[in-house]
Amino acid sequence: QVSELVQFLLVKDQKKIPIKRADMLKNVIREYRNAYAEIVRRADRILQEVFGLQLVEIDTKRHIYILINNLPHAEGQHLCRGKEKEVMGLLLVILSFIFMKGNSVKDSEFSPKPPSLYPHFSFSLTPHFPGALWEFLHLLRVYPGKQHSVFGDVRKLVTEEFVRQKYLETTPIPLTDPPEFKFQWGPRAEKETSKKDVL
Amino acid sequence: NNLMAAQMTNAHRRFLQVLMSNGITERSEARKLHQHCCETDKVYYAHDKLDDFISIINSHLQPLFMQIRKGISEDDGRAHYAVVNLAETEVTKMASDYTEIELELFRKTMDLIILSENGFASSTDILNLADQLKTKKMKKKEAEQVLKVFVEDKWLSEKNGEYTLHTRCIIEMEQYILSNYQDVARKCNICHSLAIQSQVCESCGIGMHLRCVRKYFRGQAEPRCPKCNEFWSYDTP
Repeated sequence: QVSELVQFLLVKDQKKIPIKRADMLKNVIREYRNAYAEIVRRADRILQEVFGLQLVEIDTKRHIYILINNLPHAEGQHLCRGKEKEVMGLLLVILSFIFMKGNSVKDSEFSPKPPSLYPHFSFSLTPHFPGALWEFLHLLRVYPGKQHSVFGDVRKLVTEEFVRQKYLETTPIPLTDPPEFKFQWGPRAEKETSKKDVL
Repeated sequence: NNLMAAQMTNAHRRFLQVLMSNGITERSEARKLHQHCCETDKVYYAHDKLDDFISIINSHLQPLFMQIRKGISEDDGRAHYAVVNLAETEVTKMASDYTEIELELFRKTMDLIILSENGFASSTDILNLADQLKTKKMKKKEAEQVLKVFVEDKWLSEKNGEYTLHTRCIIEMEQYILSNYQDVARKCNICHSLAIQSQVCESCGIGMHLRCVRKYFRGQAEPRCPKCNEFWSYDTP
């Protein structure tokens, strides 16, 4: 059972799909439900010892898990093949931007102008208000509406892929109409990346 | 044996992670990766000890029915490594990446390739199959797309409009193929591993890899079958 669970988790992890406890019980553990905790514990130990991965619960209410990489970050082309390196690069840039803007940025193309305390001065003094993600990415010639030569549909990559993989989290900003959203670090980013890596 | 008790280090784990995410890794790349991992994780590095390094990983993978396995490409004769699941009773690795109907197309394509004389199936033949799938009919355009994905993911490789199994597929599915195509799949008479593209003796039916044929007949004026001694009628590759 343990080795089956290890396989199951590795396959799900290849695609960065978060794993539900219910799926583990149904597909792998099945009739050994009583031993669930023990089986999971042993599988986690093997994942750490042999693969350098760790099973982490990111949602304790709905019992959802991900595998995070325990190995210290390394430089070098070997770790990512082809497009993945650039995609991870983009992700890292977005994570740093969010971090430096006080952990949250708006999913929009325009920064709100802070109400001017000194109406005579027309330039805005950062960093009081969350900057806008897409405004920042424009500087890198990455536009949400345009197909990018490397990243393709960037809007989809950032708002869907990165969110699905739990690198980013998007939440509605209260009291906005029409509802606006903000981006923060997702649980996978929290666990895998230290703030230090990002600077 | 000292090796069996050897601990895994982060270098081994890192190497394994990359091998798994690559799908298939060519030997010179694997050598570079070995060096990179040892340097990154500050583990003792011996440049000619890649096989020992891999053995340590394999000793830990064994209880999980997994293995880092080496295979020789039928195209360029180069050695490649892949992480294989030994407990597979069917194409389980692919099962999570493709739909039922795509898997059926792949299985039927594999049938064509293995049953063929030369290890290739023409795209016309495969597209005709798409029409006859049990799960659901697949349009030719769709089948073309799926074939493209199989090639990108390194399950098939394509040459001049014909398809054969990629080295990755052969390494990962050798066991599955040998057991499921027992009577049809050929084992090379020289090196005894699965041969997809092969030359077959017209008299006695034994097969050999193209690279094994080349090696075996090198320097021989009159190539003859190693088993039945009949004149070997193919051109030496």
